[in-house]
Amino acid sequence: MKKNWWKILASVLVLFSIVGGFLFHVPAKPILNESIRNIYFHVPMWFSMIITLLMSVIYSIKYLNTNNENYDLIAVESANVGIVFGILGLITGAVWAKYTWGEAWSNDPKQNSAAIALLVYLAYLVLRNSIEEEQKRAKISSVYNVFAFPIMVILLFVLPRMTDSLHPGNGGNPGFNTKDMAPELRPIFYPACLGWILISIWITTIRYRIRKIENKQQSI
Amino acid sequence: MRRLFLTSFSLLFFYGVSIAQNTDGVEMADALRSSGKIYVVVTVISVIFIGIIAYLFSIDKRVKKIEQKK
Repeated sequence: MKKNWWKILASVLVLFSIVGGFLFHVPAKPILNESIRNIYFHVPMWFSMIITLLMSVIYSIKYLNTNNENYDLIAVESANVGIVFGILGLITGAVWAKYTWGEAWSNDPKQNSAAIALLVYLAYLVLRNSIEEEQKRAKISSVYNVFAFPIMVILLFVLPRMTDSLHPGNGGNPGFNTKDMAPELRPIFYPACLGWILISIWITTIRYRIRKIENKQQSI
Repeated sequence: MRRLFLTSFSLLFFYGVSIAQNTDGVEMADALRSSGKIYVVVTVISVIFIGIIAYLFSIDKRVKKIEQKK
């Protein structure tokens, strides 16, 4: 139970963001209206995806260093969870865009590159499934993962900033621009991000443990 | 664990409710709030979320059981 404190923390943080996200005061903006509250739910999906994919690449590197099979299993499962959160982010973003930008998919640079980033990671899974031999599979996909992560970072954080984007904070160099987000959004936004990140890690650990058991059964 | 979870949640809930009474010139969802119906939505989503979290905890427990059998 003591080891579970962070799972409880995650649940409480997200619950707080659900209650606070609906009820707290938000700045009144044209076009956005109440949909500004989506920031508490849509953006944390992406943050969770980035953190789980970061975990994935870290464990891929660890695998390449140690050849410990378990590290490879963590890498796959965190990539799996990251992709799920990425798809959720894409769908919620499309819904939000439909009612604020006018179209679900307006070929916004960030939308496009997020979709490409997801495809890069789907290719990782396809690559894994195409190799029968276990060690070879683990090694090749780990190397692929090491390349995939920086590509994802460039696609999400560099390329959209080089052109105009409908997403806030893109075009020019926002850095840590304080104008990007109204300060009153932050007390809910940050807990929401942390909560969802922890939940994504939690799901990853569960999937990893199941995978480990399956792996053991197969090798017997 | 469950009690800790429930008390912290209810504390946050009441904190949220007490802060939420804010009105500006711009009409946002104030009407919904004054009629009290936005709370229904919040409750529904919270129930769904709590349910999913409980489910996650139960899956976690089940995996632990299988792990210990090995």
